[in-house]
Amino acid sequence: MLVHSRTGKWAVWLVFLVLFLPLFALPLLVILAASFAGHWSSVLPSGFTTAHYTAATRGEALQALTTSLVTAVTASLLALAVGTWAALAAHAAPKPVRRVLDTLFVLPVAVPSVVVGLAVLVAFSQPPLLLNGTRWIVIVAHTVLVTAFAHQSVSAAITRLDPAYEQAAASLGARPSYVLWRVRLPLLLPSLSAAAGLCFALSMGELSATMMLYPPDWTPLPVLIYAATDRGALFAGSAVAVVLMTATLIVLLAVSRVRTKASYR
Amino acid sequence: MGIRFDSVTVAYGNTVVLDALDLTVEPGEVMALLGPSGSGKTTALRAVAGFVRPASGRVFLGDRDVTDLPPYRRGIGMVVQQYALFPHMRVEDNVAFGLKARKVARGEIRQRVAEALDMTGMAAYARRHPRELSGGQQQRVAIARALAVRPDVLLLDEPLSALDARLRSGMLAELARLHRELPDVSILYVTHDQVEALTLADRIAVMDRARLQACGTPQELYRAPANEFTASFVGNANLLPVTVGSGGVVFGGIELKMDTAGAVAGAGATLCIRPHLIGLGDGPNRLTGTVGDIQWRGATHRLSVEVAGHVVTADVRELTDPPANGAEVTLHFAPGDASLLPAGVGHD
Repeated sequence: MLVHSRTGKWAVWLVFLVLFLPLFALPLLVILAASFAGHWSSVLPSGFTTAHYTAATRGEALQALTTSLVTAVTASLLALAVGTWAALAAHAAPKPVRRVLDTLFVLPVAVPSVVVGLAVLVAFSQPPLLLNGTRWIVIVAHTVLVTAFAHQSVSAAITRLDPAYEQAAASLGARPSYVLWRVRLPLLLPSLSAAAGLCFALSMGELSATMMLYPPDWTPLPVLIYAATDRGALFAGSAVAVVLMTATLIVLLAVSRVRTKASYR
Repeated sequence: MGIRFDSVTVAYGNTVVLDALDLTVEPGEVMALLGPSGSGKTTALRAVAGFVRPASGRVFLGDRDVTDLPPYRRGIGMVVQQYALFPHMRVEDNVAFGLKARKVARGEIRQRVAEALDMTGMAAYARRHPRELSGGQQQRVAIARALAVRPDVLLLDEPLSALDARLRSGMLAELARLHRELPDVSILYVTHDQVEALTLADRIAVMDRARLQACGTPQELYRAPANEFTASFVGNANLLPVTVGSGGVVFGGIELKMDTAGAVAGAGATLCIRPHLIGLGDGPNRLTGTVGDIQWRGATHRLSVEVAGHVVTADVRELTDPPANGAEVTLHFAPGDASLLPAGVGHD
């Protein structure tokens, strides 16, 4: 919606603040407040303390943060590679094949993640591919879940890519593989980094499939937050949640810097 | 190295976009493919580049049948309307792209990039990115990029269409100069602009509706067009339906003297006369009618005069006292300036 009059602009901002603050910002601010709280019995929290953060940045929580980061980075890189490959292959394939591939890659989004978790659990609990009880089953599940998003955003970017670039490259004598690495992928880099960021954020927050799969030595942060709130330690859980949020945001910011540098037009 | 189309047909589904094209571009020749959009001219160029596959027929570069070769193995240079410079590379890397792809030695790459940039006058911009250049400069880089690989065949697809009129005439002169410096390179030049074709081409192939309509030197096509489409597309000729008489023709009851050699007396034909060869006032072949429209074009006035139900366009030297719309005027032309075409062949 485009509003050009001065009063109109103020009105839109007011509506935005009234709707946005309670729905999006306040819950996050409440978590932030709770993470510093000793007690919360009246309107505002009381008993300011940083003890929760002391706990949330060492020992079990630190371990979980590392676990989450490693899982998310690995899963999003795998998803990016698989999703991009599939999108490139689908783009070159005849239309019916493309449609089948696109549908196949949307499946993990369409199916509830609990079902995906269960599917991965059943599939990898027996030889020859016995991954149950290892960290790899968590990473595989996350990869399956986020590949769909990687595939979708890369696929859209490939469709938008002007074929004139690759044709110019081919006319200059560049083989398809050379064109891919020197022209197409660099031109897709902004979309690739956006897709990577999306996958990373989704993986960092994944809980439902993870709950069914995680081995004791590979506990991601969301599981820890869930466990904390489950046993009633809301403030400790809030501190861990803030750590999770911050870590995710820092990585996303770094990724978006890459994107700014990589966009040409 | 020349280009030869041997009965090349291209179709998308049931739509034939290029119908059995037979055309030979001699080594070192500039051949313009001239036609309106949808005439198949770009398709013909893309068949040489390898981006469309002929349904039938063969494409030859020199003696080599390239019909089944992928684009990157054809050894051509190509410049397209929207330049397609790689936005993530500097000018010098754009120009070096083809050489790097062909694994040319690094020292030679540097030398040939410098050479190509010099030739197009872009040496000072080597470190810039394409987005920092104007349209005309991007065009020069695109040409330098195509020339750096030293192609035997240069394909230019509406290379000047994205430029404004002033830049266009400058670039046209540049292209002519480049061709003089590279006399062995065959150039296939696709355009819808007759001025570009007439200025630059050794020969022009006029295309319409997926077919080759005529092919010849600019002078041949201009002075003695083979059919109505060529006559109207190259030089906007007046085309008047006439009946052939003896020693002349009859147009709407008016007798006009002209050479009728090769035409059968009593048959229908089309008289072709260029607007600038028609004068205002009395003369040997008179056409009297009413002025429908008059446009001042600086050095000339363009008169649209309705004669016997047909509009005759005349470009005359600027008039001090131009006739008003609706006024009756007399036009004339010399018998030797008109030519006779077969009546209504292949075009309406």
